[in-house]
Amino acid sequence: MAVKTYNAGVKEYRETYWDPNYTPADTDLLAVFKITPQPGVPREEAAAAVAAESSTGTWTTVWTDLLTDLDYYKGRAYRIEDVPGQDEQFYAFIAYPIDLFEEGSVVNVFTSLVGNVFGFKAVRGLRLEDVRFPLAYVMTCGGPPHGIQVERDIMNKYGRPLLGCTIKPKLGLSAKNYGRAVYECLRGGLDFTKDDENVNSQPFMRWRQRFDFVMEAIEKAEAETGERKGHYLNVTAPTPEEMYKRAEYAKEIGAPIIMHDFITGGFCANTGLANWCRNNGMLLHIHRAMHAVMDRNPNHGIHFRVFTKMLRLSGGDHLHTGTVVGKLEGDRQATLGWIDLLRERSIKEDRSRGIFFDQEWGAMPGVFAVASGGIHVWHMPALLSIFGDDAVFQFGGGTLGHPWGNAAGAAANRVALEACVEARNEGRQLEKEGKEILTEAAKSSPELKAAMETWKEIKFEFDTVDKLDVAHR
Amino acid sequence: MSDMQDYKSSLSDSGSRKFETFSYLPPMDPEKIRRQVEYIVSRGWNPAIEHTEPENAFDHYWYMWKLPMFGETDVDAILAEAEACHKAHPNNHVRLVGYDNFRQTQGTAMVIYRGPSV
Repeated sequence: MAVKTYNAGVKEYRETYWDPNYTPADTDLLAVFKITPQPGVPREEAAAAVAAESSTGTWTTVWTDLLTDLDYYKGRAYRIEDVPGQDEQFYAFIAYPIDLFEEGSVVNVFTSLVGNVFGFKAVRGLRLEDVRFPLAYVMTCGGPPHGIQVERDIMNKYGRPLLGCTIKPKLGLSAKNYGRAVYECLRGGLDFTKDDENVNSQPFMRWRQRFDFVMEAIEKAEAETGERKGHYLNVTAPTPEEMYKRAEYAKEIGAPIIMHDFITGGFCANTGLANWCRNNGMLLHIHRAMHAVMDRNPNHGIHFRVFTKMLRLSGGDHLHTGTVVGKLEGDRQATLGWIDLLRERSIKEDRSRGIFFDQEWGAMPGVFAVASGGIHVWHMPALLSIFGDDAVFQFGGGTLGHPWGNAAGAAANRVALEACVEARNEGRQLEKEGKEILTEAAKSSPELKAAMETWKEIKFEFDTVDKLDVAHR
Repeated sequence: MSDMQDYKSSLSDSGSRKFETFSYLPPMDPEKIRRQVEYIVSRGWNPAIEHTEPENAFDHYWYMWKLPMFGETDVDAILAEAEACHKAHPNNHVRLVGYDNFRQTQGTAMVIYRGPSV
């Protein structure tokens, strides 16, 4: 065994952290970064620098390096690829030994992978495109409190997507008026209603009154319709103690589901809340406020597919994924990629959907994809075609904005959804025959007819900012 | 306001009770039911028939009509069981289920004969 000696000073990163002959182990955590290096920095050096700074390295050699086996613990840049259509940028693939990460801690994984390295001077831009979590690591995480199948059983919803609605206006309603809006939506045929993300416990509506009035709305709508209903009670709070207090009260009054914002609330709070939900039989809806700050810029930040994996590991039964067709950003192929990552057990590398690695989830349950934002009945055929059954479609304005009110808006959405599911099951082409399917269904539903007349012309046709990397030359 | 319609639903009107998937559409005729059975068979799911008194429809467990028809792909045979259940219990809701044993869930479930509302 070669004896190492201590030589103080600065070494090039690539001497230690660039290893093109390395074959990643099944237990390695793999990451792919899109790097825009500073002019004059060779690709191998930039890739090695990212590997070093996100694992064991620092800018200079230190004598304590020799007290450990850095060859075992270091991250390695093992492959470099061109980014299609970009001369300056390249993909760097990095393998990290599993020992670098605390078991069951997405907090620790994020702190390493997207820590200091993102402010590193040798790179002009850095984007974490994808992460392969080895199954050995996946199995240390709690994951979704219940998952898709268990939620379907609890809520008794089969063979179709679920329907929801975010109560509007976002802010300013009193608790009693808010509960009224919930009740109207649920009695009209929705499965769920939702607190807006910024509804926490403001002076105009404290959380406790909101929970009480909403629960009465749920119970009355269940008795009236004979169907199981819920409302995502947002327990996102200033402190973990306050969050758990609200969650405990939601359980006490018999609410089936609560809600959390996993990025603003934080991964630590989210993982704890998911564990609480698993222990207390409470479904958990996850909103993603702040994600676009980090995932929208194609040259710097974290791709949303990484956030979807992080959330599945941290825990949640629903996650907002974008709609493809509504008012918010979302490329169709890329969205199909990350909803697979949320819901499926085994996902294969597929560059056409932006998936860089095979990903195995083992026994970890799947998460419902939530399509929410700027959608209405005319989008229903496309939504069902894109998302399939394991999704929640949330029509906010598309329910509440119905000319006859929430109940009629809810009924319109429910009829449109069921007509599309029936047609799909009969083998009809939804996106081609959508208009005929909806028009036919509207004959027996004046609520749907009125909805179709109200929203016919609304379209959102801006170009996507964050596109998948494809050659355009 | 004259164009606006009231949403007719109440605790006292038993017609307000629904029963999940497809209960907001008009009742299916035999041809439509057949297509849904064909869908279950085409997905490789195991068809099953359940029924209940309408007043107990909210319960998770309905009465099984015999056992699920494991491996049955004959659409006529499945329809015949559903009809036999309906004839034996004309006042009950009859539900068609497609068990997806790979995903350990019901791929679909729908009421195909509706009992009187209560």
